[in-house]
Amino acid sequence: MSEVVAGYYPYVMVGLLLLIGFHGMAMKRNYMKKIIGLTIFQTAIYLLFIQGAAKSGATIPVRSTEFGTAAANYINPLPQVIVLTAIVVGVAITGVALSLMLQIHRRYGSLDEEVILKQVGEEA
Amino acid sequence: MSQIPVLVPAVLLLTALVSLLVGLKGQRAGHAVALAGAVAAFLLSAIGLREVVSTGEALHYAMGGWMPPLGIAFVMDHLAAYMTTLITFLGVVVLIYAPRSFGHEIAGREGFAWPTMVLLVAGLAGMCLTGDIFNLYVFLEISALSAYALLAVGDRAAPVAVFRYLLVGAVAGGFYLIGVAFLYFTAGTLNMADLYARLPELVENQAVVTASVFIVLGLALKMALFPFHFWLPDVYTNAPSAVAGLVAPVMTKVAAYAIIRIFLDVFPPGFFTEVVPVASTIGWMSAAGILYGSILAVAQQDLRRMLAYSSVSQVAYVGIGIGMANPVGLIGGLLHIMNHALMKGCLFLVGGAIRYRTGRTRIADFAGLGRTMPWTMAAFTVGALAMIGIPPTAGFFSKWYLLLGALEAGNGWWFAVIVASSLLTAVYFFRVVERIYREEPPEATDDGPEQGATDPPASMLGPILVLAAGVLVAGVMNVVIVRAVLEHIVAPLGS
Amino acid sequence: MTSRYDSIFLDRVARAIVPVVQIFAFYVITHGHYSPGGGFQGGVILAASIILLRISTGEESFERFPRQAGIGLAGVGALLFALLGFLPLLFGGAFLEYGMAIPGMDPVTLRYWGIFFAELFIGFLVWGALVAIYDALTTGGVD
Repeated sequence: MSEVVAGYYPYVMVGLLLLIGFHGMAMKRNYMKKIIGLTIFQTAIYLLFIQGAAKSGATIPVRSTEFGTAAANYINPLPQVIVLTAIVVGVAITGVALSLMLQIHRRYGSLDEEVILKQVGEEA
Repeated sequence: MSQIPVLVPAVLLLTALVSLLVGLKGQRAGHAVALAGAVAAFLLSAIGLREVVSTGEALHYAMGGWMPPLGIAFVMDHLAAYMTTLITFLGVVVLIYAPRSFGHEIAGREGFAWPTMVLLVAGLAGMCLTGDIFNLYVFLEISALSAYALLAVGDRAAPVAVFRYLLVGAVAGGFYLIGVAFLYFTAGTLNMADLYARLPELVENQAVVTASVFIVLGLALKMALFPFHFWLPDVYTNAPSAVAGLVAPVMTKVAAYAIIRIFLDVFPPGFFTEVVPVASTIGWMSAAGILYGSILAVAQQDLRRMLAYSSVSQVAYVGIGIGMANPVGLIGGLLHIMNHALMKGCLFLVGGAIRYRTGRTRIADFAGLGRTMPWTMAAFTVGALAMIGIPPTAGFFSKWYLLLGALEAGNGWWFAVIVASSLLTAVYFFRVVERIYREEPPEATDDGPEQGATDPPASMLGPILVLAAGVLVAGVMNVVIVRAVLEHIVAPLGS
Repeated sequence: MTSRYDSIFLDRVARAIVPVVQIFAFYVITHGHYSPGGGFQGGVILAASIILLRISTGEESFERFPRQAGIGLAGVGALLFALLGFLPLLFGGAFLEYGMAIPGMDPVTLRYWGIFFAELFIGFLVWGALVAIYDALTTGGVD
């Protein structure tokens, strides 16, 4: 078991962060904590991509004279672009989530999920 | 190299931007620009569909001139052309319907609604046209974010419902992205065609199996497949009517399209039946969803909530078609995508028209509308008959293919589920039809803006009638559609 | 957080720092192809400078960067990027194929400048979008 953790510790970290984020989204009652859980969940996924792209002893993906043309000497730029796009998407999602949260607070006067759902149920 | 595969989403994106800038001056101008762009995109999709059907070859496009598999490829094959034409058609119809409806329900904020609706259509069309699994995620999130914004300006409880949808949608996108990560790290490419070539050797790899499960899980959450449907009823009930008319028919179906695309063109044939029993799992979850949606729809008092549970049941028809994993069943599922889009769009728009004229949404308050709103209720009846599955409306034919597929798969339970749900659909729609054609006059309950209900104005009635006519046309022409388009799509499954 | 944080120290320091931050942001945008940076990163820094102004100087920042300017700037940035993408289509290239945007010029040079302008427009887009998000959150909507 410990060899699995030692050999694959980035993946274990990613899994742990996914679980923490998911716990935040599902179990916490405050909407702001749910959004924080969402952010942690998304960050775990960025971590998954980045650590898969890293190589030991490699340099940035700009062609240099001393490293030549062997692809193994340069880190893979594609996962970095994927992560960048995913971060932009995450920012947009967080922006929309915060706006929704503010609108909910203005209408129901609270950020607690149980209070709000009870009010929604009464008004229906 | 035909430019059509990239022009459809690019024109829509450009339209959204111009509509945004023009809309800052006046919202009517913004609407005109948005409608013009949607019509242009629909014409481009139709031209592309005709070209693909007549030549039998797909249209390939390399974004930025960079050749795949290193570059991003856009592919318009039969499946993509079919979906894109459907999506853009619904976009045009709803954009014609929307101004009056928005004026009644979300007055003062239409200036931002037009570019967002065009962005939604752009995201959905882009999802269908892309040949790159990460690009699919990008368009998936574009359409999802536009949908969150549009759905949240509805009734008082809309932001609460959309907040939950946002969390579920973000988690779903995250799962999909985890699957893409595992696939990329084992296969080394993001291009769908290249993956199709490389994956057969990697079938034994645990990472590939995990990737497939994560991808399907993420897409099933977006598709509202039972038991992942829990976000859907509240969202569709509280949405503005025109937005519900655009989102309900197409958004979950595009996620189902993505699952079909992954089944047919990314993973090797037989992967989802023999290596990982995903197909049968989806089939059983869909069977449960069909029954669950139909049963709960019977108990609803509000028309929109009833249609929402009905949508849960109907998207599960597509799922059960996927689960059958034979050509006939898949044809039934694909045909049902188009049929349900037309039927459900018509029904939601009728609900919006009733709300526009009378302000009412509860079924009990619909008494006597058959006399005062004759054309609208006639369209509703056509839609209801199609949902139940009465020939020659479109709904009958997709259920027919699904029943044949269930027989060929040898699954008596699924056959019984489809038949039972048709009977339940008849129950909950007959309840509404009986109410609207009853002679008793309406009581003075809610105070709607216009007490004397009549048919809605032409800009709203036109789209309703077009969709109802479309239901009949799609039913009569179903053989043409199946032979020209759908049989080519399911060809990889064998005969 | 909907009004300015009242502190003369913060006010003076922010006024001094913001121009430097914006120059650094443009440096990040233009060096994205060679070192860490690029359109999105520089745009975020630009937006941060405007938000710093909003927090420290309050009403005065609305004269310098009006309330609706965020959405307008984002729209203009995106529109310019879209036009840059459509330009090669007129000359027989693919969408966003900078190498064929202007006939007759060397494709390598065109790609170099194409990416540069693309990053610049993306920087404007992100700048406008993030300031628009901040304004929407703090002022309660479109009005």
